[in-house]
Amino acid sequence: MTIRLTFDPFDPGALLTEFCRGRAEVGAVASFTGLARAEAGSTTTLELEAYPGFTEAAIDKIAGEATRRFGLLDHLILHRVGRIAPGEAIVFVATAARHRREAFEACDFLMDYLKSRAPFWKKEVGPDGERWIEPRDQDHADIARWDGQRADP
Amino acid sequence: MARVLLFGRLSDVAGWREREIDAPFLSALRARLGTDDPSLGEALAGPGVQVALDQVIVRGDAPLNARTEVAFLPPMSGG
Repeated sequence: MTIRLTFDPFDPGALLTEFCRGRAEVGAVASFTGLARAEAGSTTTLELEAYPGFTEAAIDKIAGEATRRFGLLDHLILHRVGRIAPGEAIVFVATAARHRREAFEACDFLMDYLKSRAPFWKKEVGPDGERWIEPRDQDHADIARWDGQRADP
Repeated sequence: MARVLLFGRLSDVAGWREREIDAPFLSALRARLGTDDPSLGEALAGPGVQVALDQVIVRGDAPLNARTEVAFLPPMSGG
């Protein structure tokens, strides 16, 4: 049950290997890695700002909901902050459950939350200047898929 | 002296991220920030801007003490 913000680049493969190590009751691990896009040269750097303490607490709360809802056995969430170059990993989520469906769905749920509601502020910096990014309509639609669905009793 | 933190575009508007400001109430702090910098005052009153006192979101007015951390949070963009 780990949530971490980091200014430094990370290796998603190494994180996944470590996350899978020494599991006896976990039948399924799902993971997602988000990479920074260059947007055909219009973005040279992403700048991601978090509110230390507040951001981790907000993510921890939703991870707790994912744990209850999908019966997760473990999770790892790593998120970059600071300056991120195109091609670098921004976010890594891994979920562990007894069976694959719970692991896939919990990973999907956590990413939808992270993309639309997690306390981050994101700025794209490119040759034409910089601009602050807000969630796209698609991000709101993605998170809305989970609203009103009850967890299995 | 409350410790005031600005995030996202709010710190670009103000030109600072963190400042100590003396104000007994959140409403007084807002008024003070708006008087010193009208464009910041307008940005703080903009849609979707939330306020956290000591990392807890609050609505409406609230008293501030010398150590209160006041964070103004514009709409979050996600990761």
